[in-house]
Amino acid sequence: MKADPKNVLTGSHYLDGNHACAEGAIAAGCKFFAGYPITPSTEIAERVSRRFPLIGGVFIQMEDELASMAAILGASSGGAKSMSCTSGPGFSLMMENFGLGMMLETPCVLVNVQRGGPSTGLPTLPGQADMMQARWGSHGDYEVIALAPDSPQETFELAVHAFNLSEKYRMPVLIMTDECVGHMTEKVVIPPADEIELTERRYTDKKPGEAWPYEEGEDGIAPLLPVGKGYKFHITGLTHDHRGYPIINAEAQHQNVRHLIDKVTRHADDIIWLQEDQVDGAEIVVMAYGISSRVVQPAIARARKEGLKVGLVKMVTVWPFCEKRVRELAAKVKALIMVEMNFGQVFREMDRCSAGKCRTYLVGHAGGTVHNPEDIYKTIKEAAK
Amino acid sequence: MSVRVNQVAEEQHPMEKLLRMDRIPHIWCPTCGLGTTVTALATALDQLDLDLDHVAIVSGIGCTGRVAGYTKLDSFHTTHGRAIPFAVGLHIARPDLKVIVFSGDGDLISIGGNHFIHTARRNVDLTVICVNNFIYAMTGGQVAPTTPITARSATSPYGNYEHPFNLPLLAASSGAVYVARWTALHIRRLTAAIKEAITKPGFSFVEVIAPCSTLYARLNKLGSGLDLMKFYHDHSVIRHGADLTEIDIDYQANLVVGKFVDIEKPTYLDCLNEGNKRAFGDKYKAYGVDHGNE
Repeated sequence: MKADPKNVLTGSHYLDGNHACAEGAIAAGCKFFAGYPITPSTEIAERVSRRFPLIGGVFIQMEDELASMAAILGASSGGAKSMSCTSGPGFSLMMENFGLGMMLETPCVLVNVQRGGPSTGLPTLPGQADMMQARWGSHGDYEVIALAPDSPQETFELAVHAFNLSEKYRMPVLIMTDECVGHMTEKVVIPPADEIELTERRYTDKKPGEAWPYEEGEDGIAPLLPVGKGYKFHITGLTHDHRGYPIINAEAQHQNVRHLIDKVTRHADDIIWLQEDQVDGAEIVVMAYGISSRVVQPAIARARKEGLKVGLVKMVTVWPFCEKRVRELAAKVKALIMVEMNFGQVFREMDRCSAGKCRTYLVGHAGGTVHNPEDIYKTIKEAAK
Repeated sequence: MSVRVNQVAEEQHPMEKLLRMDRIPHIWCPTCGLGTTVTALATALDQLDLDLDHVAIVSGIGCTGRVAGYTKLDSFHTTHGRAIPFAVGLHIARPDLKVIVFSGDGDLISIGGNHFIHTARRNVDLTVICVNNFIYAMTGGQVAPTTPITARSATSPYGNYEHPFNLPLLAASSGAVYVARWTALHIRRLTAAIKEAITKPGFSFVEVIAPCSTLYARLNKLGSGLDLMKFYHDHSVIRHGADLTEIDIDYQANLVVGKFVDIEKPTYLDCLNEGNKRAFGDKYKAYGVDHGNE
């Protein structure tokens, strides 16, 4: 299915990451947006509120982030592609109904324009310290999909991609951008609508009375049931069976949670998207995501100029973690370096998967500004010793 | 005896088309007010002769939160306090559906209080039915924002000393266009109120005072559920259009019930369309008019 031309602002634009994010969501067919103002994400909501009236979408500024997340789940259940955006403190509030979205398996997209935390932290300055909250922020066990753009152009593309993944895997998908990318203004080329591929929602092909809301297909994903069509289905945040009926015992819990985990891990190769540069034959591989994957580049270039064999793995998908690739690389390289604006949230995953087969380094800091490339260069030199 | 049982089993339950019979027996206690309240909803839907494919129900958490699970409609059992914002999203995505929120006092008014007042303020076209049993029942009888002063609960063991909410006053002052209060005893009037609330465009609110014999009555030594129904019978005062500032519920005192508010006001979607029409003129296509015609 191609994007609807009336939603797509085809052409060359000068946009910041947040505006590009809004355009990506609109191009993907987003028709419902519920949000609450919070720096540094608010420009997404502002642009959507300006763009929606003439393309048949509804923007609503809710009373808080709890309500925003609940409303996008309700709207998506009603058939509208739905989205919200927030930042640190709002992300914490959204975790409650993010978990409901996981349990109900409701397609939707949630954007976190990361700032420095904890608590109110640094509202106007970048951070990448919500990565583990993205992974484990709502209570219970589940697998998430989280994408991290490094530019306004990529934010546009990943917004479309996030909607596609959410429909394909029937789940909320996270875009974990940051203040730097959100407020960075660059050229953004929006392609013609017929070059934007969209994943259609999968509804059941069974008749009312014969279909249940959680009957898995061969790929482990259950097609949705549409509302208002006589299916009279029930869905609940309680542990449930394929009928959507609450079943409160250990066996049902195992099946339900296992399903939420398996539907992502089974398809990890399809979901995980890495962009690699000179990794073959590298002795040192730098890993990074979001804005940090751009900041590492001058440091890598400088080290290469000095003859060091340094590769880059830019993680477009942070969750699920590229476990298989890290295991492969750890067996070949001398050292793996993670560069992120926190004190080792994704680093620990890299370190775990390297299983002691190579040295691992973290170049981390608390946020507030991007890394100094000098610090990254020094770590590369250290790793090369 | 066995013959009689078989005869009963063969008869269809009169509410079968509105209940998920494959989920019966339900989890509610004997003499709980939820049975009659759900019957009132089912009767109202039946009498309204609505296309039940186009009615959806959303609940939060708690004893009343389980209503969505027993109702044979598109039904959503959400998180604690968030039934209303979920329903707001559902309603906006599908304005052709009647969306009913059915939940308890703790869910809608305590943890969900902010959503309640803001959704009433926006006059979103929802029907909110709040079963008020004065207590958190599912978790074992703790004090609620509706517990009358001096009433005992598991967390007000020496008697509640906090002022409770007056729900009709809260709903009306927040912007609800239809507000009524009945008890689980007033089945006929409650059914009529639910019918009016569902038919009314905008935010309609029906408070249902209902007995919780297992916790509220036991902790306060008020007898059985039947005794509470007898209390409602003896102490309910029907006063339509009552001054809402005078209908607070005091412990074991008279209960003022009736229809208090029934006014006309543009709904959230009416206002959205009016606002966008004002801004864009003929370029704007009214939202919601094509829904359900696909």
